[in-house]
Amino acid sequence: MTDIGLPASVEAIRRVREDPHRLGHRPHGPDEPVEGTGQGGTGPAHKRILVGYGFWIFLLSDIVVFSCFFAAFAVQRDAIAGGPTIAQIVDIRRVGFETAALLLSSYTCMLSFAATNVRNLLWTQVFLVLTGLLGLVFVLLELQEFVELIGRGITPQRSGMLTSFFGLVGLHGLHVTAGGVWLATMMAQVQVKGFRREIVHRLICFNLFWHALDIVWIGIFTIVYLLGSGA
Amino acid sequence: MSNLEYDPHRYPGKLDQHEDHAPGDEPLEDSGHWVRNANLGLGFSIILTVAAFLLAGSHVIYGPSIPVALIVLAIAQMGVHLVFFLHITTGPDNTNNVLALAFGILVVFLIGAGSIWIMDHLNHNMMPMEQMMQMQP
Repeated sequence: MTDIGLPASVEAIRRVREDPHRLGHRPHGPDEPVEGTGQGGTGPAHKRILVGYGFWIFLLSDIVVFSCFFAAFAVQRDAIAGGPTIAQIVDIRRVGFETAALLLSSYTCMLSFAATNVRNLLWTQVFLVLTGLLGLVFVLLELQEFVELIGRGITPQRSGMLTSFFGLVGLHGLHVTAGGVWLATMMAQVQVKGFRREIVHRLICFNLFWHALDIVWIGIFTIVYLLGSGA
Repeated sequence: MSNLEYDPHRYPGKLDQHEDHAPGDEPLEDSGHWVRNANLGLGFSIILTVAAFLLAGSHVIYGPSIPVALIVLAIAQMGVHLVFFLHITTGPDNTNNVLALAFGILVVFLIGAGSIWIMDHLNHNMMPMEQMMQMQP
């Protein structure tokens, strides 16, 4: 700051040159000039960022939880205690279908958010339904796998490997189930309340959650199933 | 208007370009932009997934290198998901997201690699099972 008192426009140009992206320099509305100091003078970021970013932090911590289950499986992989090996319990065809279902559901989830962005209620709901159905296919396939294994006497308490296997895959399955419940709730909210701001924020979070589940599944089908099946 | 309630997406083209963006969110764009991103993400994911599944049961490449190849494919696909589905970019509006992600990856790496490392050493130092059996009365 100088005593001379430069014209405001010169001052503004100088600020833009020094920091072209003006991060943290938020105005209080569309028509207010950008004046913040970048040190909290203009208050916190708006909710669209805070909600999405906060949920991102939650997702990362959720992925840390998953990493503990991954580590447990990696450590226990050979602790079969005379029971079946991982190669004997993997059905690659079913895993292929599960992967296809989850990947396509991620795709339809994103299409629904594209429709949300142009405020198209019909296509948002159509793609959310598709996402939910594909998620249901995934959960049912996984349930079928568990029921089959348990029918063959391959239960979590049989060996350390099976404990960590059921723990890791089951935790992911629980996440997808919970995501499905959330999805149904969101569909009802979008239908009744429309595209209000907080509803759109919740849809952003739901999208993040669903894509993160798909990322975790990539880790599972690679580390548990594909590496377990042969290599 | 308080800043918390301010939604830049309601004023397209004015200030939105200069705002931070949460993951999965972007400056206001038409739906074609999102659909194009989704198509690209799906396309790359299908290629990488099919490659991983084909590779797992094949003898096309040197056997012992298959696990490494599978892990590389998995990491590539996670990258595709991050870029095309979660919209993590290298742009200045994404700095916070990338930093949080980097910290998450660090913790995941420490837990994964650390567990395998430590438990491997423990295994190595344990008495073999046969001897343990003999010690029992």
